[in-house]
Amino acid sequence: MLEPRLRLFSRVNDWVGEKLFLRRQRLAPEYPVSARTEPGRFPAYSITYNHTRKYPDAPAADAWALEVGGLVRNPLRLTLATLEGLPAVTYTVKHHCVEGWTAIGTWTGVPVSTIVGLAQPTPEARYLRFDSFDRGYYNGWDLASALHPQTILAYAWNDRPLMLNRGAPLRLYSPIKLGYKMTKYLTKMTLTRDRPGGYWEDQGYPWFGGI
Amino acid sequence: MVKRHHGIVRITHWLNALLLLGMIASGLQIYGAYAHFGPRGEPYPLPNPWDGTGFPEWARLGGWLAGGLNWHFALAWPFVLTGVLYIAFLVVSGEWRSLLFRPRDLRPAWEMQRYYLGLRQEHPPQGKHNALQKLAYTTIVGLGALAVASGFAIYKPVQLAWLTALFGGYELARYWHFLLVWVFVAFTLLHVLLVLLVDPASLRAMVSGWYQGRFPSHD
Repeated sequence: MLEPRLRLFSRVNDWVGEKLFLRRQRLAPEYPVSARTEPGRFPAYSITYNHTRKYPDAPAADAWALEVGGLVRNPLRLTLATLEGLPAVTYTVKHHCVEGWTAIGTWTGVPVSTIVGLAQPTPEARYLRFDSFDRGYYNGWDLASALHPQTILAYAWNDRPLMLNRGAPLRLYSPIKLGYKMTKYLTKMTLTRDRPGGYWEDQGYPWFGGI
Repeated sequence: MVKRHHGIVRITHWLNALLLLGMIASGLQIYGAYAHFGPRGEPYPLPNPWDGTGFPEWARLGGWLAGGLNWHFALAWPFVLTGVLYIAFLVVSGEWRSLLFRPRDLRPAWEMQRYYLGLRQEHPPQGKHNALQKLAYTTIVGLGALAVASGFAIYKPVQLAWLTALFGGYELARYWHFLLVWVFVAFTLLHVLLVLLVDPASLRAMVSGWYQGRFPSHD
């Protein structure tokens, strides 16, 4: 009975998080490589893993591509090779899980803003939806956070190609959001007018998830 | 009979009690998702008797992590507003004079402590509140502000990085935030105990506003 009202109030906090706290150019602090969390102590969650104790199977390298569509003038289909050929960002940052733990890792990838720029969104586009092949896991993002300079489509972790448990071949990463906002095992990126939900967000987790 | 507490003080007092209860219960629910401090998997050199323990269901609010978070973030705003309203009233009404602990209260506080320890026979003279009460009611407001500040430090460690840094970083901010819970619990237990043992009439005064008891003087 109270739950829907709490969720309604959570929308107020989403607004506060985006409009009052988020500064578009404020960067999350970076750490020296020596501060990295030991790989085995950096948890890796996946819905498929929760169900089957196995991470999602990697698609064949030539079969996978990221689809960029929705409210864009120039829909794209980007292979991993194409993505790796674009100017990359590398940073060592702190990961904040909604559960309360933190871990430090190095991520390399292409800024989402670069891809959005290539796709040329139409003026109605206000949100981004990220889809995956992890049992329908998906997330909705506000455009401001998605276009933040540290929000990237990551293909490497700690200087190595992304491993299966980290979301290979491509995942969303950003040090300005909680972990559950960062879709792993990406398949699609869609610009939308209406606010997309999210796997955990639909079940009650705060939608904005910004830190 | 003396008029003791303004309506604003009584309303904010009881609202605060209720909101604090909700904040603590939802906070314990959130704590259960990662009942440790520090980075994942690394021992943290700070004492925590509740390391790795989940709290019983009766002490938690929200049912699961998302429920706890939603309660915590919904109650946080009225909790802050209640505190701001209370402070604003004290300032505007001048009531702060009978509550704020100042250097001149040090000696009377010592006398009060001697009385409680049985080192002094008669109760020292006092106004609306004795010096130890002033100390308690001043400290608790400060700690309430710290709880709110450390809460924001955990809520927005990137956007409010300066605040998080003041608490020694995210992991420590979380620790202070959790530690304050037990200060509030201890304060409340002692507060209720002293009200019942020393001056039960003050309980009625916090409900009706009117006081008829041992310490009728009103400064």
